[in-house]
Formats: sequence, C-alpha cells, structure tokens
Amino acid sequence: MNKLALRRIENYHFTEDQRRNLQTSGAAGFRNDGWEIVIGLEVHAQISTKSKLFSESPTDFGSDPNSQVSFYDAAMPGTLPVLNGAAVDLAIKTGLSINGTINKISQFDRKNYFYPDLPAGYQISQLYFPIISNGYIDIELADTTRSLKRINIERIHIEQDAGKSNHDLSADFSYIDLNRAGIPLMEIVSKPDMRSSTEAIQYVKKLRTILRYIETCDCNMEKGNLRIDANISIRKSGDPLGNRVEIKNINSIKFLGQALDYEAERQIAAREHGEEVAQETRLFDAGAGMTRSMRIKENFADYRYFPDPDLKHLVLTDERIDKIRRELPELPDAKKARFVEKYDLSESDATVLTEDRIMAQYFEKAVTASKFKGSSKLIANWVIGELFAFLNKTGQNIYDIKFPIEYIGELVDLILDKTISGNIAKSVFAKMVEINESPSKIVADQGLAQIRDDSLIKTIAEDIIKNNPNQVAEYKSGKKQLFGFFVGQCMKALQGKGNPEMINEILKAMLD
Amino acid sequence: MLKLDYEMKNNLTISAARKGLASGEFSSFELTKYYLDKIEQNVDLNAFVTIDREKSLLAAQKADKEIAGGTDLPLLGIPIAIKDLFCTNGIRTTACSKMLYDFVPRYESTVTQNLLNDGAVFLGKTNMDEFAMGSANITSCFGPCFLPFRKKSNPTSKLVPGGSSGGSASSVASDLCVAATASDTGGSIRQPASFSGLVGIKPTYGLCSRWGMISFASSFDQAGPITKTVEDAGIMLKSMAGFDPKDSTSANTNIPDYQKCLGRPIKGLKIGIVAEFMDGLSQENLELIERACSWLKDNGCEIIDLSLRTIPYALPAYYIIAPAEASSNLARYDGVRYGYRADGCKTVDELFVKSRSEGFGEEVKRRIMTGTYVLSAGCYDAYYLKALKIREIINIDLQTNAFSKVDAILLITTTRTAFSIEESNNMTPIEMYLSDVFTVTANIAGLPGISIPVGLSDDGLPMGVQLIGNKFQEEILFRIAYVLEKCANFRELKKSILVEDTVYNE
Repeated sequence: MNKLALRRIENYHFTEDQRRNLQTSGAAGFRNDGWEIVIGLEVHAQISTKSKLFSESPTDFGSDPNSQVSFYDAAMPGTLPVLNGAAVDLAIKTGLSINGTINKISQFDRKNYFYPDLPAGYQISQLYFPIISNGYIDIELADTTRSLKRINIERIHIEQDAGKSNHDLSADFSYIDLNRAGIPLMEIVSKPDMRSSTEAIQYVKKLRTILRYIETCDCNMEKGNLRIDANISIRKSGDPLGNRVEIKNINSIKFLGQALDYEAERQIAAREHGEEVAQETRLFDAGAGMTRSMRIKENFADYRYFPDPDLKHLVLTDERIDKIRRELPELPDAKKARFVEKYDLSESDATVLTEDRIMAQYFEKAVTASKFKGSSKLIANWVIGELFAFLNKTGQNIYDIKFPIEYIGELVDLILDKTISGNIAKSVFAKMVEINESPSKIVADQGLAQIRDDSLIKTIAEDIIKNNPNQVAEYKSGKKQLFGFFVGQCMKALQGKGNPEMINEILKAMLD
Repeated sequence: MLKLDYEMKNNLTISAARKGLASGEFSSFELTKYYLDKIEQNVDLNAFVTIDREKSLLAAQKADKEIAGGTDLPLLGIPIAIKDLFCTNGIRTTACSKMLYDFVPRYESTVTQNLLNDGAVFLGKTNMDEFAMGSANITSCFGPCFLPFRKKSNPTSKLVPGGSSGGSASSVASDLCVAATASDTGGSIRQPASFSGLVGIKPTYGLCSRWGMISFASSFDQAGPITKTVEDAGIMLKSMAGFDPKDSTSANTNIPDYQKCLGRPIKGLKIGIVAEFMDGLSQENLELIERACSWLKDNGCEIIDLSLRTIPYALPAYYIIAPAEASSNLARYDGVRYGYRADGCKTVDELFVKSRSEGFGEEVKRRIMTGTYVLSAGCYDAYYLKALKIREIINIDLQTNAFSKVDAILLITTTRTAFSIEESNNMTPIEMYLSDVFTVTANIAGLPGISIPVGLSDDGLPMGVQLIGNKFQEEILFRIAYVLEKCANFRELKKSILVEDTVYNE
C-alpha cells in the first residue's frame, strides 16, 4: 500500500478554490446583458498506439465487429490488465507539450458502473492521482487584438474506452461491439477558463494542433478519436458559479460551437424567467441544433472509485521523462516565434503556416530550395495564397500534392531573378500543379521567360513611336500619363514577356 | 490391477509416486485410473465437481510415454486435483457458482499451465465455496463437501473440511489425489489444511501468478498447494510459482528449490510468539503451541515473545477491503457475454438485476453488498480508506516489531477443529468470518503463511499450527515446518482418526 491512496479528490472539475478564483476573475468575459458564460472542456483523445491500453488487441479502425477483442477485453474470468507502456509514453509527451507537471507516481482507479458495453463493470481510469497535472496552453483570441489568453489545464489522465452498443440491427435485441473496449484515451481536463464558444473552439483547435504535432492523437473527430464533454454555466458579474450543465460526447468543432451557444442562451433565458438551471447532463442533437436532457439522475450516480488492485502504481523515472522531453519536436508556439523571427513573417502568416506541422515543414523546404536570401516572405505569400487556394479547390491536404514543394521556391526565384513577372508566375503555377513539372521547365517549354533583349525591345519601341505620332505629340506637350500607353503597347507586342524595367528605360530614353 | 500397500494407498506422496512411476511399480495410467475409480466410490464426499475421465487418462498415457522416453519432470505423471477457481482450457470452470455453471474457458491459468508444463495429470476440479467466499465450503452451488473424518464424540455427524478450498482439502485428505491446488484470500488454504490434517502454504503475495485464477479480492488472492507433506508442498509450490508478465502484481523473483532446503538445520533461527495471537486461546490450543515451541527449542531455535498491537484490526480491515474489491471484481458477471443469464428480461437493467440476483448465492451477494457499501460516497473515507490505512499500519507494525527481531512467527491456524455440517449451517456470517482471525494477517500483509498438522484434539481431529514468514522467505518456513512435521509424526497420529470405510482400506 502506498500512502498516495490515502487521499481523495472530490468533484475535481470545480473545486472550491476554483470557484473562489472564478468569482474574482475579471469582467472581460461578460456580455452586454451582464451574463458571463463559464466553460470548461474535457477532451477525450484516443492515444495513437497500435495496441489497447491493457491488452495486446489491435486498435485499427473499421474492423469487423468484435474482431479486436482479447479474453481480457471481454472481461473473461481470471484475466488481468497489463499496462501498455507506449500509451504512457505518449501521455507523458502530451503532458510535456502542454507545459504540465509529469507526476512521477500516479495511480489507476476503477470507476464502477453497469453498462452492457462496459465488460468488466468498471472502467480503469485515474481519478485520485493522474499522470499529468497543472498544464496550460495559450490561445489566440479571435478579436482584432489577436491577444493571447491562457487556458489552464487541470489534469490529463489515462483511461480505457468502452465498447459500442448497436440498437439498430434488430427490433428486439441490442448488439455489442467490443473493438473499442480498452482503447487508450487521454482525458484532457481544462479549468473553467473559457468565456465564449469562440474561445472554446480556439482552445480545441490549438489542442488539436499540438496533439497532431507530437503525434499522440490523430484527432480524427469523424472516427471518434477526439470527443468533447463541455461543462457550461452562467452567472451575473460577481456571483458565484451557476449550476453546471455537462454536454456529453460532442464530436465536431462545429457542433461544439452550436451546442455551447444554444446552451448559453437556454440557461440565460431560464434565469431571466426566474427559473433555476438544473445541474445535469445533456446531449447535443445536431439535427435539431439543440441540447436535450440526458439523465437528471446522473448527478446522483456513485461510481465508487477506488484504486485498481490489479495494477501497481505507475512510477516514472526521470530518465524516462527526460528521454521523451529530448525527443519532443518543436511545438507550434516555438515554431511560430521562430518563423516570425527567422523568415520575417507576420504573426498571422506564421500562425497559418505553423498550424499544421507538415505544412510548416513544406514551407521550410520551399524556403531552403530558394537561392535568394529574403525570399521567405514571398514564398509564404505563394503558399498561403496560391497553394492554399489550390488545396482548398481540390480538397487536398498538403501531403497529397504530387509535385515537390521545392518548386514553389524555384518559382519565386524565377520572379526574383526577373525571368518571369508575377503575372506569368501565376500561369506557371497553374500549369505546375496540373502537370507536376518544374517551373523552370514550364517557362522554357512555353517560352515564358522575360524578353531582356535590348535591341529587340528598342526595335519594337521605335515601331510604336513611329506608328503613334499623335500620342507622341500629346506626350511631348506634357500629357505624361500617356507613358503607360506606350509601355502597354510594347508589352502587348512582346506578348507580355518583356522586362518591365527595360521597357521603361528604353521608352523614357526615346521619348524624353 | 494396481497393488498398493496401506501406506501407499493412504499416504501416497509426490516423491513416493515418482519413485513408483520411475521403478515401473505402477504407471501413471494405472495410478490415474485408481484415483478416478476412488473418486467415483467416494462421490458422497462431493470433493470433485467436474471430472473428465477420458482427458485425464489420455494425459496419463502421454505421461507414461514420456517417462518411457526418459523425460524427467518434477510432476511427470502425478495425478493432482485443481481447485475450481483456476481456469482450465476446455474443462468447465465454475468457481462453484451458478453464475458460471456452464462456463468452459478457452485459456489456461498460469498456475495450472506451470503444473502441466511440469508433467502433472489433472484428475478434475474440486469443490469450493462460491467464488472462494466462505470458511466451510457450504456456499458452493454444488452443495457442501465433506471430510472423511468423524469426531470421536459424535461419529454420526458429517464434518466439513473448512473453506474455501474445501474440495481440495477433502480430496487430498481422502487420498483421492496425490496433491491439490488451492487459493487463499483470507485463509482458504491454511484453514482447510488445518481441519484436514494436511500441509497448506499461502505464499508471498505475487509469488504465484493470478492470471486465469478467478478473482475474489485481487490484493489478497494467492494460489498455493494443499499436500500431504511439507516436501510435497515445496515441490508443488516450486512448480506453481514464477514471474508472469500477464499479471502486473506478479513478483519478478527467482523461485528457489524448496525441496533442497528441507533438512537444513534450523539452529539459531528466531521464532516469535505474538501475545495478541495467544489471547484467549483454549487450553488445547495453548498446549499445541507450547509443544511446538519445545520441539523448536530442541532443534536450537530461540523463542522470542512479541507484541503486535495492530493485530486485532486485521480481521475488520480484511472484511472491508476484500468485499470492496470483490464487489468490483464480480461486476463482470452481468449476464451479457457469458455465464448465467436470467430469462424473459425486458430491459437491460432488468437483465443485470435478475441475472445477478439469481446467479449469485447468498454469501456472495452479502459480500458484494458490503463492498458496495464501503466504497459508496460518504462511506469511502470512513470505511475503505480507513481500512487501507490500517493495512499499512499493520505492515509497518509487522516489519518493525516482528520481522526485525524474528525469522518467523508461530501461531495456531484456527481456534477450533473441523465443524460439523450442522454447526456450519447454524453459524452466523460474523461467526463464520471470525474463523479467519488467525489467517488474515498473512493476507493483509502479503506474507507467506504455512499450516502444518501437528496434533489431534481430544475429539480425535487434526490440529494445525501456522508459521508466518517475511516476504519471499518461504524457504525458512519450509525448513521449520519440516522439523515440526518430523517431531509431530502426524503420519502415525493420523491412524487413530475415525475414517469413513470407503476411504482408507487395508
């Protein structure tokens, strides 16, 4: 027995301390009508492991029902859990990435309740001593200030997923698929630090970016690999926290926003009509766009949490934690700061380019491919402008593109060394994504290179001056804005490929 | 067919059977068949709940071939019995509960696999208290099981072998097998061994893998053998024990050859007598301990008086923590995937409630209720958490005030000798729980405890003493137990016990 087991944390989502802190927190989150919305999220992220948390069954998605179930997963008599060390390592990695404290001793507890797709009659989780505590992430507020707000993360604990019940296959029976039973999850529990649905969305997006960076969860919400329980309450300025409503199992960011907005309005309407908001669990009905009460009794459910006697305390060594720390990739915030500094990008460009680790990697590859120092800003414009537009239009991801990303650097170089103009570059880009050929080759094959032949430009300029005596006369009498007309005529004669500076120079010499 | 002398028939040990097999005096097939027949003749004892005659005989034939081929394994061809708590691949495993009446596992427990790897032949599954909850083997869904012994004062009354490993004890005591596996959560090996005049050891927690052994209370459950002699207990335990990566609570430690340490002098070993264990003992029990002390002194041991003030709290702590764990461990029996399912349920809640109400017996339900209560909101701190603290304090007390001073503690195993079936049925649950008062300490602290038969009561029934050692000190226990066994010469004493006709015959 370890002394650790001798303490119990009650109602960890909102401790008295938190309630007090919240009462004194600033009024920034208050709406015009004086109501403040208080939101805390519990994000259930599937840990990207090959096998389950306590068994060797695979975690592949979409397999035949009950094809990934071991004797343990089905809770056959006498079977026992063996902790998957890879899941622990990924949880540590996540903890380090959200600036959390890695607890060197943590404990698995049983949460007891009966449900047909919960084979053992209990879920192994970590209530009393989670593996990670006290982290935070900074989100960028969506207002014009783009200022940062810190969202504190109370804890991350490791737990098992349950199976799936299917009630649609038969009118008389329900069927159970245990493929998901025992899949490792991290439950990432924020403090009630968010004050609007927009902040909640920003938080989830930022969290998703981090998890994808460190590859501890693929965050595929369609597959259920990232699910959200949202806790929301409202209060008037200075009041203690209102009754908390938990909206369970939200499976898209869009629904998160809709559910929170609906729920905030519902609670405000109730309070303004003098009604109490019941502390309860609700579900979001995406079809109806509203939340519905799930089971009011849930608040009285007693899960009888106690330390799992089949598992020893999870004890982590400094070596293990340090090794994971050393192997951490550059995280989004650090990468963004570096992009701003090193590539002279604006904050917003840097944010966009670092939202996805692969995207950032591609951008840096393109920059490296460029021969020009200081081309990075232009490359960023091309990536965010043309490349993103192309990806959006074709519904592709950055890693789906068929041409080497270095081509973007090459294309920008062609502009910078004046081989082609920016306009021509756009058509080169269009061709490039179509035939996956290098910009230089496209320019060569299609004869798109700028004409820099001094004598050719002079001949054409002379012809144009000779053929437009009236305009020349007007120009000479002071109508200087006609200069653009002569440039346009030259460019037209050169099929748009003439070097603009040279045309300017030659025309100026001839006319002035 | 099989010709065995009286001694062989009634005291066939592993080493004697090995000799007989090696010399060709009998084959494993003959021995197995002899036991299967004897089990049939003694079906009234209700020691076995599942027998697969054909399978056992096939295993014996296979062993005979291996013996002929020169294979040498510690248990090759030895017919043993398996407590019905161990999952056996392809053989019904019920934990003697209606809940698992038809359950046939498709996997083998680590302990039984270890025994199979060492060549053992399984005769069948033995009766036990339902889910190992009980001290008289009267909670089994197959009905009680009986000892072959009778009280001198009341020879017509049938006696129970204790529990929960009653079938294992009864089958070894009746010589329906050479040895048996058992399990001990609060005394379920040692108490029946003591009632039945046998040796039973509960090893250090973690020595035997719990994988495939149906859980009662995970932090207490340990497998161990019930045997006729200390030497057999050593051979069986060596085979059953060993690190198992499939059990996270399994100890990664080397298992010594216990047989080899037997006979090594015990001179200089310090044996503790704990005042709290001696409080209020009957004259008969006090004399038993005194006799054991004098044998140990004769062999050069030093007897040291100890006081462990936390000991009285072991039983209450045990009866809080064990039911708490059981209430959760038994939640999987819900009628959904396997096991008993109530008919005609309209809702899933009804399915849970009816299946569990009908599938579990009274004692199991009582413990699930107790465990659910002590874990529930408002009771957790007052009961469960307090019991965990007591458990920790008892550990500290034992280490500081006992094992820093002595090599082993000597105490009785049970206050009384085997109950009659009528007595057992009339006992209240609390009276029944109190019969574990001397055995639970070893479970609470995860320490090894061994019971050795050393005497007969005035009523002519076996009496055992118990030794508790420090963690992983089974060797010391075996060495001391071996000396006590010799001094007591129980093999001779046993001849004066009243025995049912069908069991021991000339």
